[in-house]
Amino acid sequence: MMLEALRKIAEEHRAAHPPTAKTLKVCVAAGCVSCQSDQVKKALEAAAKKGGADSPIIVKGVGCLGLCAQGPLVISEPGATLYRQVKPEDAAELAAATKHEPVKRLVAPANQVFYSRQQRIVTENFDRIDPEKIEDYIAADGYLALLTTLTTRSPAQTIDELIKSGLRGRGGGGYPTGLKWSTVAKASGSEKYIICNADEGDPGAFMDRSVLESDPHRILEGMALAGYAVGAQRGYIYVRAEYPIAVKRLKLAISQAEKMKLLGPSIGGSSFQFTIEVRLGAGAFVCGEETALIASIEGKRGTPRPRPPFPAESGLWGKPTLINNVETFANIATILRNGGDWYAGFGTEKSRGTKVFALAGRINNTGLIEVPMGITLREIIYDIGGGIPGGRRFKAVQTGGPSGGCIPEQFLDMPVEYESLAKVGSIMGSGGMIVMDETSCMVDVAKFFMEFCKSESCGKCVPCRVGTAQMYDLLCKISEGRATLDDLALLEDLCDTVKHTSLCGLGQTAPNPVLSTLRFFRHEYLAHIEEQRCPAGVCKMCIPQEIHR
Amino acid sequence: MSTPSRVITLTLDDREVGAHTDQTILEVARENGIVIPTLCHLEGLLPIGACRICLVEVVGSNKLLPACATKVTDGMRVITQSERLTRYRRRVVEFLFASGNHICAVCVSNHHCELQDMAVYTGMSHLTEPYRYPKLRVDASHERFVQDDNRCILCQRCVRVCAEIEGAHTWDVMGRGIEARVITDLNQPWGESDTCTSCSKCVQVCPTGALSIKGMAAAEMKKRKHFLAQYWTLKEEES
Amino acid sequence: MNRQTKAPPTEDKRWRLVDATMRRHGNRSAALIETLHTVQEVFGYLDEGALRYVAASLRVPLSKIYGVATFYHFFTLKPQGRHTCAVCLGTACYIKGAQALLDALKQRYGIASGQTTDDQKLSLVTARCVGACGIAPAASLDGDVLGKLTPDELVNRIEEATRHDA
Repeated sequence: MMLEALRKIAEEHRAAHPPTAKTLKVCVAAGCVSCQSDQVKKALEAAAKKGGADSPIIVKGVGCLGLCAQGPLVISEPGATLYRQVKPEDAAELAAATKHEPVKRLVAPANQVFYSRQQRIVTENFDRIDPEKIEDYIAADGYLALLTTLTTRSPAQTIDELIKSGLRGRGGGGYPTGLKWSTVAKASGSEKYIICNADEGDPGAFMDRSVLESDPHRILEGMALAGYAVGAQRGYIYVRAEYPIAVKRLKLAISQAEKMKLLGPSIGGSSFQFTIEVRLGAGAFVCGEETALIASIEGKRGTPRPRPPFPAESGLWGKPTLINNVETFANIATILRNGGDWYAGFGTEKSRGTKVFALAGRINNTGLIEVPMGITLREIIYDIGGGIPGGRRFKAVQTGGPSGGCIPEQFLDMPVEYESLAKVGSIMGSGGMIVMDETSCMVDVAKFFMEFCKSESCGKCVPCRVGTAQMYDLLCKISEGRATLDDLALLEDLCDTVKHTSLCGLGQTAPNPVLSTLRFFRHEYLAHIEEQRCPAGVCKMCIPQEIHR
Repeated sequence: MSTPSRVITLTLDDREVGAHTDQTILEVARENGIVIPTLCHLEGLLPIGACRICLVEVVGSNKLLPACATKVTDGMRVITQSERLTRYRRRVVEFLFASGNHICAVCVSNHHCELQDMAVYTGMSHLTEPYRYPKLRVDASHERFVQDDNRCILCQRCVRVCAEIEGAHTWDVMGRGIEARVITDLNQPWGESDTCTSCSKCVQVCPTGALSIKGMAAAEMKKRKHFLAQYWTLKEEES
Repeated sequence: MNRQTKAPPTEDKRWRLVDATMRRHGNRSAALIETLHTVQEVFGYLDEGALRYVAASLRVPLSKIYGVATFYHFFTLKPQGRHTCAVCLGTACYIKGAQALLDALKQRYGIASGQTTDDQKLSLVTARCVGACGIAPAASLDGDVLGKLTPDELVNRIEEATRHDA
């Protein structure tokens, strides 16, 4: 498809769906689907039909609307009224309300603050487009960046724009994306690959799932742009099999884009060609690690291998390979459409742009948010998140999943940046943010994550294979009140060894939850050890029986 | 990747040495008489960097790197011995002892065991962490060999020699994490394997008593690994 | 005995789906995981005959296919019950009481994660995170995600599902 044709589709589609049209948008991402939002949508469609042709109402499915715990969610336009916990029975009432006042009892109370503090770039289309319709994406300026870049920028200029944006990898490590791209671009060889890491494995994280389900074309466009910039013709999306809706929508999006010749040979009339295939993960957290992911795409056990050589030089089938995660690719098209300088205007000096977080745990507004980098944890938790329910006290917020740490109250006013989070022993991670209150025991939390690492360890290298099991046993001993201070010293020693000697990121970061809870909540460990007492009342103590002879 | 090998210099423990860019740190160290301990590594098999015994410090890298799998670069400064490395190496040996059932006195490989040698090398006289005492399988179904998982350290030498040299690929690793085990074919008894050629290469490269020849008494099992060097010499002559 | 052949292990027509997956990937060994997905999707689990057939078709060593099949938690070598309940053990669900769900199922059906009831009605597994953290604690029953569960609610949903079986 040529640029003019794309513009024409966009204009026609926009004309058919003016912003003044009465529209009911139903969230069709997994959170709401599991609360039967598909049936709500059907009921709304039926109600709209009954309304007759004189006052037409458009009913459409849209992506994740953020407040996942309040689903199913519906937005009524014009006016952007957000309804929550909508039932199919409410359909007629909602359809009728488009003509007059909103239905008060269903309006979400968090409506205002939750959204006003956010900054939407990655999620800009979530409440606008039907993820299963390519025309919707095109009408929202989709594929515009791809077709204009192909004709107006050289691959080197494309990478320069990205460097200018200051975008850093959103998978957790925060490696500068532009630098990664230029390494792959410079690598010798004509056969190169692009991989989108959609193996979102952190327990408590659903950012990538939401992006894939809500705006799949955005990923395809980002990958195609990457292919053009580094000189690759083939891309793979490695996505968890646990995300069936995302898989279905990705496959649909790929076939739609191929049909419109936005993927495939000679895209936009240029000599650039790019194809994308979906590969399913099969339940292995370690496959989020680049080299393990590559092994898995090659059909092998997903075990990592030592780096260097890095995938940028020798990746999939030994060829130079660019791997970025979902959120990173989701930023690309917008950056190239608006320019690197525009993007660099958001966030802080070292952490540019925005970050998507999945807010969960003991918090009022559970859901998906996108905020500018540099926002404080307090703003996220208390303003956007609405604070802790039940009048209970905040204890810690966990970021970075099993590789991250627990951040206590005294750091709530710290800005959210890669470096600041690392300084307090956690990591940015992929964006899971789990809030804990006084009912959580930090020893038990550490044990939970260690159990995770132990059973997700691939078993290839010794420190991770044995070390995580040994650390887990020690944590069990502590949580049951059977441990001594010597056990605690041993635990710290093992943490040090496993952190520094493991082969891949899984093992190297597995001790983090222990180290960070020890750093800020050592008194809880000591209470378990010295007083056989769990301050949060979570752990069941094993009372030592006196031995009688 | 396709760039031809160049001659470079690097520093190994304050010694300046020459090397080719296609060599690993371990190869260069051995050429220059510097001892870096290894366990999963075996010359002639592809390195996997799994045991972490051969980790070295490289100035400028915040990570320790496996000498067996890391290629040398120009101007690289490598530290192969330090108090820190010794501590980590000893801990890794402890991990191996803790995760299996290694009772030297009754083992066929007593005195001919690379794990035992490594315990001596790192000065690991006793364990500072608890033994796990796993319940593991002993498979004596093969007419000539015995597999004892209690003594296996998952170095994957058997897997590699069988796939890379013998070409049978009878062995592989099943499961993951602490539950991972080496298996033959579809995890069936070794004696019932369709693909095993009974060549004994796996037995000869096994660093411990995990794979042994039947009928050996304690301390009788000496491994003969020289066939690997012969194999590669022959290959080289052919080409 | 145990000869590797390239004919499907049974006459079952569903093998055509498996063949189609392998063909789509050019019968290359890289198709192994995609093929195992198809086998599990159509037959519910991976049995020995299936593993031998796929190994022979893609020319993958038997030990390698076994290694792959046991590496990924998604694959199972044992037949599953008519219904499968997957309790999510993600962090959000852990914080909101996923353990209570597991305990309730253990008490009601006497099975722990990875087990199937004697009457083959129900299999219980745990999921690492189904990405439904917004509605924790969550579980999925035969693929449908259920959110904000209490132990009683989950047991009721399972009872409802199993009651309809003959």
